[in-house]
Amino acid sequence: MTATELATTELQRHFERTIEHDQRIEPRDWMPEGYRKTMIRQISQHAHSEIIGMQPEGHWITRAPSLRRKAILLAKVQDEAGHGLYLYSAAETLGAERTDLTDRLISGAQKYSSIFNYPALTFADVGVIGWLVDGAAICNQVPLCRSSYGPYARAMIRICKEESFHQRQGFELLLTMMRGTSAQRDMVQEATNRWWWPALMMFGPPDADSPNTAQSMAWKVKRHTNDELRQRFVDMSVPQADALGVTLPDPWLAWNAERGHYDFGELDWAEFKQVLAGNGPCNADRIAHRRAARDNGAWVREAAAAYAAKHAEGQGR
Amino acid sequence: MTQDSQGESPVRAGWPLYEVFVRGKRGLNHVHVGSLHAADDQMAVRHARDLYTRRNEGVSIWVVRAAHIVATSPDERDPFFAPSGDKVYRHPTFYAIPDGVPHM
Ligand SMILES: [Fe+2]
Ligand SMILES: [Fe+2]
Repeated sequence: MTATELATTELQRHFERTIEHDQRIEPRDWMPEGYRKTMIRQISQHAHSEIIGMQPEGHWITRAPSLRRKAILLAKVQDEAGHGLYLYSAAETLGAERTDLTDRLISGAQKYSSIFNYPALTFADVGVIGWLVDGAAICNQVPLCRSSYGPYARAMIRICKEESFHQRQGFELLLTMMRGTSAQRDMVQEATNRWWWPALMMFGPPDADSPNTAQSMAWKVKRHTNDELRQRFVDMSVPQADALGVTLPDPWLAWNAERGHYDFGELDWAEFKQVLAGNGPCNADRIAHRRAARDNGAWVREAAAAYAAKHAEGQGR
Repeated sequence: MTQDSQGESPVRAGWPLYEVFVRGKRGLNHVHVGSLHAADDQMAVRHARDLYTRRNEGVSIWVVRAAHIVATSPDERDPFFAPSGDKVYRHPTFYAIPDGVPHM
């Protein structure tokens, strides 16, 4: 072993001990390249999901049925932008460049959550997104508040505090519609039918098809497997659906006293793969919208930079 | 403006990175909350307000260019901190006081 190899082994051991002791890895610590790459990928794809996630509901802001609903929806969508920014900021602590990450989103080199490639067809979809999509996101995100990477864990704590409002406003919206006309109740049921299965897919492929899970669990950047979190979400959602008075669209859904969990039907993994491969109902729209936002905003960024440069000159700095 | 097929933007506005510190309420220190990009100092303060204090999380904000921060080396076992390592007598628990002595 050479001196450098020896030093690397020592650093590696220190890194592993830090994680074993449930301490956080901080930006300037030594870390294995694989860990750095995994964290950049996980955090930036999470950031992309937050930013793209503004779109399905964002389209309803101008058509919200009351000023109250409009103000709420605006605040919610603005929060999602904030979540994206906390996360890009965390990814940058690992040496990633923000514009590089947002360009990778647009070029398709990096992915975002498959859920945002489905359309929000009615205002009931806005409610169901809050209830089920933000609900599933909360299930995924709460354990990430203990991620071994410090800046990511801290971003997740901020995000989780804000997500609770997202889910509750959605549920309240649906409750209001369920107390309305039978046409409104049908809208809620139809939106539930549209979003239930895609929401379950948010937890990712089944454990047997998730080859990176073991390494991510060892690094404590993932705390539970996809199937564990999916089961937790199903168990939480069933009583909520009852309270709302909607039926979850799964004939296999039944309480299993032996397991102490709800059994549920098989997910359509072929559909999941299609959506991830770019062939979902809205993939092209989502990216086109993102690209237009970047390109149309370019002159503003340039003007602000030019103003700042001129102002700095004037002050003799 | 023209774009190439890779989706790469030809223009890098190059807004610098700022670190953000927020005082949660009177009586507390400013605490680091994260970072953001802005063209200049004033924009950094405004963006910090919109990004980190949407729910009354702060009564005061500091922003500083990340490039202007000077830090110690990241190593926890840095000899830089060694001078305080062996001075146990700086801690109250170093001194044995009989149980009967009050208010100490
Ligand atoms: Fe979010
Ligand atoms: Fe949310």
